[in-house]
Amino acid sequence: MSGVESSLQPARAAHAQPLVRRVLSQGGYETWTALKNGEQLLVSIILPLLALFGTVWTGLLDTPTTRGIDLAAPGVLALAVLSSAFTGQGIATAFERRYGVLAYLSTTPLGPAGLLLGKALSVLTLLTVQVTVIGGVGLALGWRPDLAGISWAALFLICGAATFTALGLLIAGTTKPEATLALTNLLWVLLGALGGAVFPVPDVGIWSALAAFLPSAALGDGLRAALLDGTLDGPALLILLGWAILATLAAVRWFRWR
Amino acid sequence: MPADPAVTGHLHAQGPAPTGDVQLQLTDVHHSVRSRGSTVEILRGVELTARAGQVTALLGPNGAGKTTTLMVAQGLERPTSGTVRLLDQDPWRAGADLRSRVGVMLQDGGMPLAATPERLLRHVCTLYRDPVDMPRLMERLGIDEFARRDIRRLSGGQRQRVSLAAALAGRPQVIFLDEPSAGLDPVSRQLVFELIRELRASGMAIILTTHLLDDAQRLADHVVLLRQGRVVRRGTVSELTSTSEAPALHFRVDRAVPSVALDEVPAGLTVQAEPGHSSAGGGTPTGSSYVVHGAQRPSDLEALAAWWTRHDLMPTDLHLARRSLEDVFLEVTP
Repeated sequence: MSGVESSLQPARAAHAQPLVRRVLSQGGYETWTALKNGEQLLVSIILPLLALFGTVWTGLLDTPTTRGIDLAAPGVLALAVLSSAFTGQGIATAFERRYGVLAYLSTTPLGPAGLLLGKALSVLTLLTVQVTVIGGVGLALGWRPDLAGISWAALFLICGAATFTALGLLIAGTTKPEATLALTNLLWVLLGALGGAVFPVPDVGIWSALAAFLPSAALGDGLRAALLDGTLDGPALLILLGWAILATLAAVRWFRWR
Repeated sequence: MPADPAVTGHLHAQGPAPTGDVQLQLTDVHHSVRSRGSTVEILRGVELTARAGQVTALLGPNGAGKTTTLMVAQGLERPTSGTVRLLDQDPWRAGADLRSRVGVMLQDGGMPLAATPERLLRHVCTLYRDPVDMPRLMERLGIDEFARRDIRRLSGGQRQRVSLAAALAGRPQVIFLDEPSAGLDPVSRQLVFELIRELRASGMAIILTTHLLDDAQRLADHVVLLRQGRVVRRGTVSELTSTSEAPALHFRVDRAVPSVALDEVPAGLTVQAEPGHSSAGGGTPTGSSYVVHGAQRPSDLEALAAWWTRHDLMPTDLHLARRSLEDVFLEVTP
């Protein structure tokens, strides 16, 4: 046998990078994976943009007092959160779980906690890209958000990302990948269209009362209040925070790595 | 277990752990899972020791508990009872420091299908302060030939090599390889085996599972034979295959030995159809195989040759062999 290659010698001691470095690295890697995935790009950026164009060009949301784009843009941002945090991350995680990627990564220094934090970082990075692109296109189409509400909007975006990431992981960690795929796509359409994300909840009887408690409605209403009127929608924030806590607890309780 | 003194001396100079240090210890490990409302006991008191600078092979039929033993040892499963010590720590509570000293290659690879080997392996290396020279390792394993293709487009054997490289990214002191040779062509298999031998010489503790007895025969310092969640045999390959008896003589003839001939085998010898071959007189497409026990002196061979002459049997293949690992395996497999 030839001599042992020096670079293959076992390390003499533990040599994991610090947690922050590991999470940053995982976040970068996950973001790269998401951005090079055509389907996810379609769901995260193209479809929300189509929703924006649709509402603007059809004049569907125009009212005597409000321009359609000012109502539509915050809703489309809410839809973008659902796309990347819920549908995109949910489907990706479900398949990673099936193929043992989660199990493998949890045996590396990254560990389960680092993996989750890396995913969260990736969702926030993607969200930044989405807000930049969708917001930029919106501004070009004539969107004039109320600048007084920008920080409230950011707060809602982050809470929404946390809530929908937890919900996406909850589904991914408890059902088969095919079921996750179907469920998160279906809910993306339903919550987007009827659940108060893109449009305010339609005023049809008891549905409008119930749907106000959906995380999608809380996120959409919060963003509309912030960007349309520059105000904080307190009840919506409380509802969204409640969902964030419940969904996180449920995901921690029921998520299965394999 | 005694190791080659030349190799050991070399290791004391360079390796992190002297050969023979216990790196993994499982004591009376039981593990049950709930399946469709009933509890299935997968491991029933497994005892296992793996040492630095040695290859420990877990052998056993499908469902014997090999993969579950690894998962418990890696900290991916928490055993129902018993103790697991990996580098003197409890792997179930492992932090990043312990995980930086342990490499894992899962049975199905655990590689993300949408990534390229190059991007994935580069990423895995960033988790360690002092990672392996990955470009060099990729070259050695032939990964550089398909490094920029999505993993989903790779063959099973190619993926296998990627997950081996990922397991080695942190230059671990202990490595777990679940079926490392599955799906490999002969050339890749040779590459992987050479690498494993080199890792052993560098002082790494290597724990692998296989159901290919040839793998164990070629690689393992220590073999642990599992059946139904229990260790039924353990030892070095030569310990497991040696017996006090004389070696068996195997021969093959191109037709079945007539039963009249079997009735008059030389005194002191027994001739049986080879176990593990098809039923009718050990018949295979290329002839019939037999095993002769009891040949201890040259005169026994002379008597055997006379018996062949009498019955006009000309062997097409003839060899003396100790018990193979396969014999041991078949003995313990119902």
